[in-house]
This record gives sequence, C-alpha cells and structure tokens, in this order.
Amino acid sequence: MNMIEAINSGLDNMMERDDNVVIMGEDVGYFGGVFRATAGLQEKYGKTRCFDSPISECGIIGAAVGMGAYGLRPVPEIQFADYIYPGMDQLISEAARLRYRSAGEFIAPLTVRSPFGGGIFGGQTHSQSPEAMFTHVSGLKTVIPSTPYDAKGLLIAAIEDNDPVLFFEPKRIYNGPFTGYYDKPVEPWSKFDAAQVPEDYYRIELGKANIVREGDEVTVLAYGTMVHVARAVVEEHGINAEVIDLRTLVPLDIETIEASVKKTGRCLIVHEATRTSGFGAELSALVQERCFYHLEAPIERVTGFDTPYPHSLEWAYFPGPVRIGEALEKIVGELKS
Amino acid sequence: MANDISNRNLSPLSLHVPEPKFRPGDAVDYSDVEIQKAGDQARPDVSTKPAAMRDLAYDLIRVLDDDHKAVGPWDPKLDDDTLLKMLKTMAQLRAFDDRLHRQQRQGKTSFYMKSTGEEATSVAAAMALDAEDMCFPSYRQQGILFVRGYPMVDMVNQIFSNKADKLKGRQLPIMYSSTRLNFFTVSGNLTTQYPQAVGWAMASASKGDNRIAAVWCGEGSTAEGDFHAALTFAAVYNAPVIMNIVNNQWAISSFSGFAGAERTTFAARGVGYGIAALRVDGNDPLAVYAATQWAAERARTNQGPTVIEHFTYRADAHSTSDDPTAYRSAQEREEWPLGDPIMRLKRHLITRGVWSVEQQEALDVECVEAVKVAVKEAAKNGILGHGLHQPFETMFQDVFEEMPWHLREQADQADKERDIKWPS
Repeated sequence: MNMIEAINSGLDNMMERDDNVVIMGEDVGYFGGVFRATAGLQEKYGKTRCFDSPISECGIIGAAVGMGAYGLRPVPEIQFADYIYPGMDQLISEAARLRYRSAGEFIAPLTVRSPFGGGIFGGQTHSQSPEAMFTHVSGLKTVIPSTPYDAKGLLIAAIEDNDPVLFFEPKRIYNGPFTGYYDKPVEPWSKFDAAQVPEDYYRIELGKANIVREGDEVTVLAYGTMVHVARAVVEEHGINAEVIDLRTLVPLDIETIEASVKKTGRCLIVHEATRTSGFGAELSALVQERCFYHLEAPIERVTGFDTPYPHSLEWAYFPGPVRIGEALEKIVGELKS
Repeated sequence: MANDISNRNLSPLSLHVPEPKFRPGDAVDYSDVEIQKAGDQARPDVSTKPAAMRDLAYDLIRVLDDDHKAVGPWDPKLDDDTLLKMLKTMAQLRAFDDRLHRQQRQGKTSFYMKSTGEEATSVAAAMALDAEDMCFPSYRQQGILFVRGYPMVDMVNQIFSNKADKLKGRQLPIMYSSTRLNFFTVSGNLTTQYPQAVGWAMASASKGDNRIAAVWCGEGSTAEGDFHAALTFAAVYNAPVIMNIVNNQWAISSFSGFAGAERTTFAARGVGYGIAALRVDGNDPLAVYAATQWAAERARTNQGPTVIEHFTYRADAHSTSDDPTAYRSAQEREEWPLGDPIMRLKRHLITRGVWSVEQQEALDVECVEAVKVAVKEAAKNGILGHGLHQPFETMFQDVFEEMPWHLREQADQADKERDIKWPS
C-alpha cells in the first residue's frame, strides 16, 4: 500500500470496528477526497458515516467537537493544513480544553486529519507545516507518520485515543519516500518494506519514536518527509548517524531521544517548518537541558527559512540535502579530521 | 479615461458608525420601538416551510397582554402548577444572582454575571425541553440549571472555586458544566458552542436518537464566524437544533447596532439560511415557552432547525467588571416597554386567581433564605482567596486522559514550589 491506501485502510478498519467513527470534511464523501484518502468509504458505510461538509473549517471542527460530546468518534478532514486556521479557535479554545475545563465530564475524542508539508510546488497555501502551532497548545496531541505502515498504525491509535489528535499527513510522501532530490524520480512505496501494510487492524502506540537507522556519531531528529531526506543525506555522507523518526510530537518520546543523544553526543534537528519558534526549538531546548554534559557539539537545526513558502523558489527554500549535509559536516567535523 | 473618477460629481463617501439612541443622562423614549399586540401572531403548523413563515422573523410573538391575560394562538395553555414552578424558578434565579453578585463585591469570589431581566429566556425555554435534550448555553443561561435541579450549593462551590468545586477550581466563576443534566461546559470563547450544538444534533440524528440540542448566544455574538458556520451546517443537514439568540440590546458597552440590528432583526438571520425563524417577546415567559415548544416539536419530528430571537433587555451590568452607567442611560431599564418577566408572570398568575401579592412576598423571602443557606453551606468548603483548596496535582490532571511525562515533571515542580511558597 502507498500512504494514501494505508490511511484509507486504517479508516476502513476503524469504521468497521466502531459505529461511532464518522468522517466529515470537504469532498470526502461521494468523491472520496481530493487525495483519495476516503475513497469508497461512503459507499461502504453510508452517507451518515462518511459525508461531505460545507466549506467551513470552524464548522467542521466545531461540529466534530459537538459530535464528540454526544459520544461519536469523529475523524474530520481539513483538506490542507494551510486551511486549518479558520478552525483554530475550535481546536485551541474548545477541543483542547474540553476535558480540562469540564473536569473530565466532556471529552473531544476527535482525530483531525490534514495533508501538510511542501515539496510539491504547492506555493504558499498548499505547503505549510503548522505543527508548532499545535504542539504549543496544551491538550492537543500531534502525530506525523513517515511511512504507509506507520500511517495506518498511528491513525488507528489516534482514532482510538480519547484526546484530540492532529494527524498531519506529509503529502509529499503519499506515493513514495522523497529523498530531497527533486530532479530524480520518486520510487513508489511498493519498492519498500514499509509498504507491507496488513489489511487488518493494528496499532502503533502514540508517543513512541522509531529509530529508523542506528548509529553512534550523531542523533538526527526528524518526522514526516524529512525522515527520508535526512536518512538519505546521512548515508550519502557516510556518517554513522542515528536517525530517529519522532512519529508523535506530543506526547514526545523523550526517553528514546535522550538515550540516543547521550550515546552519540551530537544532535541535528530537521524539519520543513519555518525556523523561529518551530518545533525544532523545543527539541533543541529539551536536548540541551537533558544531555548538556554529553554534548560534544552545539545542537544544529535545519529547517525551512523564516519566510512564507515560495512557489518558484521552492527548492531554494526546502531544507534539502545541501543544507542538511552542511549541518552534518559541521557537527561531526572534528570526527572526520 | 475610464478610471478618472475626478469628474463624476459625487459627494464623498462617508462611513456609518452606529450610535445608540441614548447615552448616560439622556431621557429615554421608546415610542419608536414597535411592540406588537399580544395574541396577534399566527401560529403556523410545525411542518410549515421556512419560506412560508418569514413574517414571524420580523414580528414579535407575544402571549401575555396588557391585562396580564394569556391570549392568542401561541398561548401554551400551561396548567397552574407548571406556571407556578416557572415563576418560582425565575424568582429563585434572580435571588441567586443578586446574592452572588454581592458575594463578588464582598471579595468572596473574583467574578459574577447576572441574567437579570432575561430569566424567561433560559427558565421558560428549558422548561419546554425534555431533560434529555442537550443544552449548549452561553454564560447567561444559569436558569437552565435551576430548571434541571442543579443544587445551588454546587453552583456556589464553583463560584467560590473551593474544594468541593466539581470543576476543581479550573474555571472562571459561572462557567458551569454538567453532563448529568445535559448542560454543556460553558466556554469563555463566544459562540463556539453554536457549531458544537449543531454537531451534537447531527450526531443524535445520525444515530436515530430522539434527543435534540438547544443552543444560546447573545445578539452581539451573532457577529462571530461560528454563528454563520452553525446556521449553514444546521440548514444543510437539517439538524434537530434550536438556536436561541438572546437579544438583550447590549454586548458589554456596544448596542445591538454593532451586530447589525439597525437594518434587520436577528431572527431574520435564520430566513437567509432557509431556517424557520421566530421572534419572541423575551420577557413574556409564556411566549418563550410556546416558541421553544414549537421549535422542539419541529426538531423532534425531523423537520429541522429553528432560530428563535428573544427580544429582551439586559437589565443589569454585563458582569461584575462592568459599569453600564458609563455608556447607557439608566432610564432604559425603567422604561423598557416589555417590562420584567417575573413581574409579568406574577401578575398573570394573580389575574388567574392562583397567586397573590402576599404569596409573592413570601416567595421572595423564601428564595433569599434558600440562597443564604446554599452560600453558607458552600463557604464551609472555602472561598476564593482563603487558602489553596485543590491539590496541585489537579492542575495537571485532565489536560489529557493520561498525564504525559512533561506534565508529570511540571506537577512535581509545582509540588516542590508549594513547600517553599506555602510551608505547612
């Protein structure tokens, strides 16, 4: 399965297992979604389980909060993460706080799915990575898969979770892992082990990172598309890096991160989102606080620039192999000399 | 030149900024406020198409006439016991508001908001609903809790943020929550409850349930984007929901003109969405009851949502942090042409021969006493500012279902600080 098929399969499993799982969003019903993530689900489960919505993100998320209060387990879709902002008040002021402010009387067990990230010539409003806006909100969980296998397992865990979850899908890798070389064709997921996705239900626990490559020279923290980009660059530079796919940003798997950095003594953080106040700043601070006496080099961050996502200059903007390579060489420099 | 506008001979554009008719010190004259005659409004069948009942969005449904009699097709013909219960509930609510307002003034809590003058819009409305129907209130519908039997002492515990506060001292006073009584947790963010109520109603419909949702906001809050989203969703999905707009003329210091009232009614908002819309005398408890009953029957029989504008007046300050003498004429309240909901129901019951001035006086004393007892009882659990009523751990609970490591660490930090800041 590619990532879209894996997500579709996860939704299918959950709709079959739990009558309270409902899907709602723009174009998700009859049409099956602009990325096909919900294809066939309306036909299989009926219009009251999977249906189209008006073009209103505050309405979609607000209604989902109400459905959650009733006892449903809604999985609303926001067509692009760039368009989640009209629903921010409902996410931040309502979904995130319902359990807290009602002392557990009302909960918001929703999973907001949204394609995110760049690398697709999406320009300013089809490329953004707004995860730091949500990791900053207490009461929200943020999950970002990097493979079809993880996407399905994490999505199922997110839907079953009783807390509101932002599930950001890196649309750049819906069809195959992207290594940052925009001029080379992308190989489809079918050529990779992670495309072996069981048809049946399985889950990957939230809050657990995945060490995708073991190493002892430097720890690379990444998520989503950047897991693949970082891994390719590491291998290309012949650096024995430990690459960690965080998978869940909140709650964060601090133990895995801490153990790795204490082992390697070095840390590189990679994300597509803009730099200032990005999630990388939080990761950097945590590593600095917890691994200070083990660090042999300053923690580096490779991120998008602090500009809106550009269209024509996409590959100048994207934190690809050159920027990551330079940072890696800088960190492990003395090892090589 | 096509884009040369210099020779069009137009006077300059001007920006219209609404201004209320009366400011502090002004003499109030409500003679231009159209008050329809009680009993004159037609009561369409609940299956009537919204397009065929547009007039009711611009009319004013009234039942109690100038002689305090219930007249016309909207008379819900309630029995004496129901009407007496309605009167007593509104009286109890007003006594509660008055006393708790003073508790704030005495420094026993940080904040309070009264619903004086608007008691019918929550009490009469809630009485027309089933106990299982879900209410999504704003912060001025505490009357629903009185109707549904929430103990006053629990309300005061919440207001005092004391150790018996069911919300563990996390919420600003009056932001109540009760799943047991189907009273949705009140949020400080205006109108967010509107699409939530619609979503709840959609869920109920999708499950083939028979419960409906009712939601309230003020006329000022109708300007929020969530209001538009909610009406759109309610119309699109034919959601079984009653959308109440309590038009009390004021949104803190802004008169209703800043929400669009100079051009149309708030009920008329519903017309544009194809939603049945009623405009009701919000100080006429019988009219509020009848309109809610009509809308509830409509919703419960799968005939869709209803918007109800309750035309009323915010008789008191916006909150304990507000001083209305700074922006409106004190005479407004006295001259308000729709009077006071409690007085009107009282007179109706006296006219009916089932109530008396003496009984009302006794009731008022009884209500005041009942609040005193509740406040005294609640104060035993502590008042705000007198000590730390909740274990610090509770500050970190319920952010998530399970406490993640970073909150665990912060909880430990808070506990450590407690020993330093407040050594036992």
